[in-house]
Amino acid sequence: MTVYLIRRFATMLLTLAVISALVFIIINLPPGNYLSNQIAEMRYSGEASGIAKAEEMVKQYSLDKPIWQQYFIWLGVMPGPDGFTGLLQGDFGWSFELGRPVAEVVGETAWLTVLVNLSSLLFVYVVALPLGTIAAVRANTWIDYAASLIGYIGLATPNFLLALIMLFYGARYFGIPIGGLMGHEYEGAEMSWGKMQSILIHLIVPTIVIGTSAAAAVMRRLRANLMDELNKPYVETARAKGVPPVTRIIRYPLRMALNPFVADIGNLAPQLVSGSVMISVVMSLPTIGPILLQALKSQDIFMAGFILLFVSILTLVGMLISDILLTLLDPRIRLSSARREA
Amino acid sequence: MTIQPVHFVGPDDEDVEVDRQSLDRADFDAPTRVLVWRRFKRHKLGVACGLFLVALYAMLPFMEVIAPYAPNTLDEDNIFAPPQGLYLFHDGKYVGLHTYPTATVYDADTGLVKPVANTTDALAVPVLTTCGETYWLLGLIESRFHLICPPEGGALYLLGSDRLGRDVLSRILHGARLSLTIGLIGVTVSFAIGLTLGGIAGYFGGWIDATVQRAIEVFRSLPELPIWLALSAAVPVNWNSLAVFMMISVILGLLDWPGLARAVRSKFLALREEDYVRAAELMGASPGRVIRDHMMPNFMSHLIASASLSIPAMILGETALSFLGFGIRPPSVSWGLMLNDALNAGLGALEIYPWVLYPMVPVILVVLAFSFVGDALRDALDPYS
Repeated sequence: MTVYLIRRFATMLLTLAVISALVFIIINLPPGNYLSNQIAEMRYSGEASGIAKAEEMVKQYSLDKPIWQQYFIWLGVMPGPDGFTGLLQGDFGWSFELGRPVAEVVGETAWLTVLVNLSSLLFVYVVALPLGTIAAVRANTWIDYAASLIGYIGLATPNFLLALIMLFYGARYFGIPIGGLMGHEYEGAEMSWGKMQSILIHLIVPTIVIGTSAAAAVMRRLRANLMDELNKPYVETARAKGVPPVTRIIRYPLRMALNPFVADIGNLAPQLVSGSVMISVVMSLPTIGPILLQALKSQDIFMAGFILLFVSILTLVGMLISDILLTLLDPRIRLSSARREA
Repeated sequence: MTIQPVHFVGPDDEDVEVDRQSLDRADFDAPTRVLVWRRFKRHKLGVACGLFLVALYAMLPFMEVIAPYAPNTLDEDNIFAPPQGLYLFHDGKYVGLHTYPTATVYDADTGLVKPVANTTDALAVPVLTTCGETYWLLGLIESRFHLICPPEGGALYLLGSDRLGRDVLSRILHGARLSLTIGLIGVTVSFAIGLTLGGIAGYFGGWIDATVQRAIEVFRSLPELPIWLALSAAVPVNWNSLAVFMMISVILGLLDWPGLARAVRSKFLALREEDYVRAAELMGASPGRVIRDHMMPNFMSHLIASASLSIPAMILGETALSFLGFGIRPPSVSWGLMLNDALNAGLGALEIYPWVLYPMVPVILVVLAFSFVGDALRDALDPYS
């Protein structure tokens, strides 16, 4: 088990290393960056002092070096000139557009991003588990059809449209606050009970919007898996022995069908993170989504690079958790990996 | 005298057993595609959705004829015009296809200016005539022919007009071109990558397999939308709209292949052990021939089913990208771009002019249709189950 965990963690770090290289290539794909654009602009308008300052920046963040050197400096394995130490040493770089360190900008929003993603993940499971089970047990009844209908709508509606629809009706009929993640009076305030409540209420709509399509997919898969299990002879035996219906379903078939369900966390993570970026832009949530968009538009490369890396780490951690849960849940996986190691 | 049991018997020379077997044989000998088709037809919803999609794609080259306006025709007199109706009867009399012009009326209750159809004067709507600017049908025929034209001296906005007075219906119809083809191109790209890499990994195994599997893992763990955004942000600003469109569809396909490659790989691993594959290899067939002629036909059908399920994801991807302003660029039209335009008008405007959100209806319909067809296909492609 321990060996398995260590190996699993090592592959994750390796994947992360590859992803960091990919991310760095991607953000450097468009020619130029925020600074070089700025310099060109100032040269056009003849601001000599600004140019000197910007060029100093270029030197400090070694943007004049070959791309592979830039990558290693950014990563932090190669010493940068003038005190830029790189990611591994906790220096996430400088946002040229905002004129603040990346860590400072992202730091405020990172935990809200994690919060939004976690709550959507919870929503997916809380909704999909009972609905999928009921749909399978009562297959081909109106409950099943209703659940499928909701599932298909969730699958086909782009989630930003769902967000727009919720924006209208949530505010109009339920009085749920829309947009932002907390009341205005709490922005920048210290954490308090009131702020907590405000955040929780504001979380409702984004959670539903981000989670719906994933919940629909998971629900359909759980239904299919559970239906396969329910047709097996051991269920029949349990029924013949007089095991009450609820126990009969939960005891074994549901546990069997739960495996792919847990494995889905891994598949869901990228989807949920993508969704949260999108929804944050539409509903103007103070997560990293809107910042990423702005950084990409203005070619603020350290900002964009760090955020891309951050969302990738989120998905990787999601996958790691799902793998660990799977080994805990399923003795077969646990034992087979133990046997292989022995 | 014994009583004969009553039997329904045919002519003396008929052998019942042979007859029954021949009935079964017809089923067993039927080519796979007949069996597949037979099963597919059982899914009524799938067939209906398939027909809907075929009709939609068949319409694409002729959108100029079907749409009453060109996609970028501006009309500053009719900004945010509400949808107009088409009617046949005026004052209880049949007067032919006509519509009513829109007049703005002050509503004393709400204090807002409200558009109201002026039902006193009917404007005849010409059908199957020429109007508007000339266009090139299929790039070959110069024409001004339209199925339906705006009335003389009036406008025809069946689904309303947007913030620049462009006809929403015409833009939806023209936008269908990019929105619907982007999925096809994206799937082709993802297919090419997935088939090649998955096939190589599954056929050769060893370190190639290990490498490809690592690559699959890396790409699978990338959150799609942020990476799409970053890649589309890299598309140069000065490219023309066709190049941008091609690039966006390639970008959409670039992240979609891991699932496919994985499926291909596992199929290859299973099929490689089959006797007929070994036989072909022993007879000296090259790897290319073994893959193409012996293995491919066995799993192509599954791939097609999975492709039909990943097209809707790409259509949604395009919509999302364009909606965020990173996808298709004007003057091209796509459904996502229209929604982006709608949002630019402001959230408050959406409440007063809900028709600018109509492009989401075709998005939902097409995605649903592809999902149903894909499900039916997947079910049908297992004819022996």
